[in-house]
Amino acid sequence: MSPVSAVEIAGLRVVRGGTAVIDGLDLTIGAGVTGLLGPSGCGKSTLLRSIAGVQRVAAGTVTVLGEPAGSAALRDRVGYQTQSSSVYDDLAVLENLRFFARVLGLPPAAAEAALASVDLTGQGGVVVGRLSGGQRSRVGLAVALLGSPALLVLDEPTVGLDPVLRRDLWALFHRVADTGTAVLVSSHVMDEAERCDTLLLMREGRIIADGAPGEIKAAQGVADIESAFLALVEGRGIA
Amino acid sequence: MTPRVTLAIAVRVLTQLRRDHRTLAMLLLVPCLLQALLWWIFWDQPLVFDRIGPALLAIFPFFVMFLVTSITTLRERSGGTLERLFTMPMGRLDFLVGYALAFGAIAAVQAALAAGVAVGLLDLDLRGPDVLLVLVGVVDAVLGTALGLFVSAFARTEFQAVQFLPAIVVPQILLCGLIVPRDRLPRVLERIADVMPLTWAVDAMEHLATTARTGAVWRDLGIVVAFAVAALALGAATLRRRTE
Repeated sequence: MSPVSAVEIAGLRVVRGGTAVIDGLDLTIGAGVTGLLGPSGCGKSTLLRSIAGVQRVAAGTVTVLGEPAGSAALRDRVGYQTQSSSVYDDLAVLENLRFFARVLGLPPAAAEAALASVDLTGQGGVVVGRLSGGQRSRVGLAVALLGSPALLVLDEPTVGLDPVLRRDLWALFHRVADTGTAVLVSSHVMDEAERCDTLLLMREGRIIADGAPGEIKAAQGVADIESAFLALVEGRGIA
Repeated sequence: MTPRVTLAIAVRVLTQLRRDHRTLAMLLLVPCLLQALLWWIFWDQPLVFDRIGPALLAIFPFFVMFLVTSITTLRERSGGTLERLFTMPMGRLDFLVGYALAFGAIAAVQAALAAGVAVGLLDLDLRGPDVLLVLVGVVDAVLGTALGLFVSAFARTEFQAVQFLPAIVVPQILLCGLIVPRDRLPRVLERIADVMPLTWAVDAMEHLATTARTGAVWRDLGIVVAFAVAALALGAATLRRRTE
């Protein structure tokens, strides 16, 4: 496959409940682990849903792996996880994975492989509702990993997890990215910025910075991403 | 629609039910117990039970499947699993038909059990073929499932979803001939009853109870199937890959 960008967005406009959440957004996302960081309510989920092809879009184009977002050709090439894990609480871990594997047309062995990649091999028979929040989130992640998608879209997968688990998950994202999958992860925790290859800072429906974490800090002459975010916001005169 | 995906959804819904012993027991045993309760209430008036019993065989599958489906579908919508499925190679019909297949299968067992109890233990008089009785029960349940899928689109919480029961199901129970035979209803109500699907399911059961001839049963069954297909089409219209 040619090294086209994973996601190309031009003039995206999304209206929710009568107000434009995103208005005229242009963005290109490439390989590696890309972090989408911004405060709650800034439009991160809306942007990710647009890329996953489940968001109603008012204007603009979203191209994923060379195809329009949400088109039939992408249905087994994009792994997506919503904020709420999106798994069945009343099914066992493996039952969840086998079900989604069947929907994707994958053999049952794919379910075991996905389970192993999130370190839950011993938990296959446990009903998801009995798992801790972190384990549940990892089941959701395993579903998104089924069939080694070319693009992984994860909405706040590390929120509320303990630091050890967060570190392990970011290591997993990088392992997945090393196999050639483009990984897009959102978070509202600024200290996760350093773990990304590329960083997108988002505020009020706009991308206010796009680059490697080091570049963004250097451009603002600050030591950490939180300060860079503040400098960018104040520099642009947005209240 | 892809048979592999449709079947995967049906099997998954049945697996969820299998894990939920309490719900499964309620689905299968409560109709039998309610039949027995009615038989007891009318123990010295067997003619009344003979009139009401068949109607109940039509009401249970519809009522129960409507409730179960509207809640489970709402959970799929609010829990993000429906959204996840829509990013996968799943069509709207896979989802609808998968649910209809799963609950149709449960309804077949439910109808067979309820009819077995009514006829075998409670001496309900049935003249028509047993197979047809189960078939009416299944089609009736699919109708309930389809309507439940449809209304789940208009509820935001499980609390709201339950409120659709008195709004959509209870009027049909009141008008289907259970309380007052339809031909003794006020003219306007009789006309309204004529356009309600449950009326025809109950009518089918009543024919099965009173005559061995099956012509009218097949006609009623056809009407219920038409309603079920229409409800599935409405349900499909509310399932959107892209939402706001």
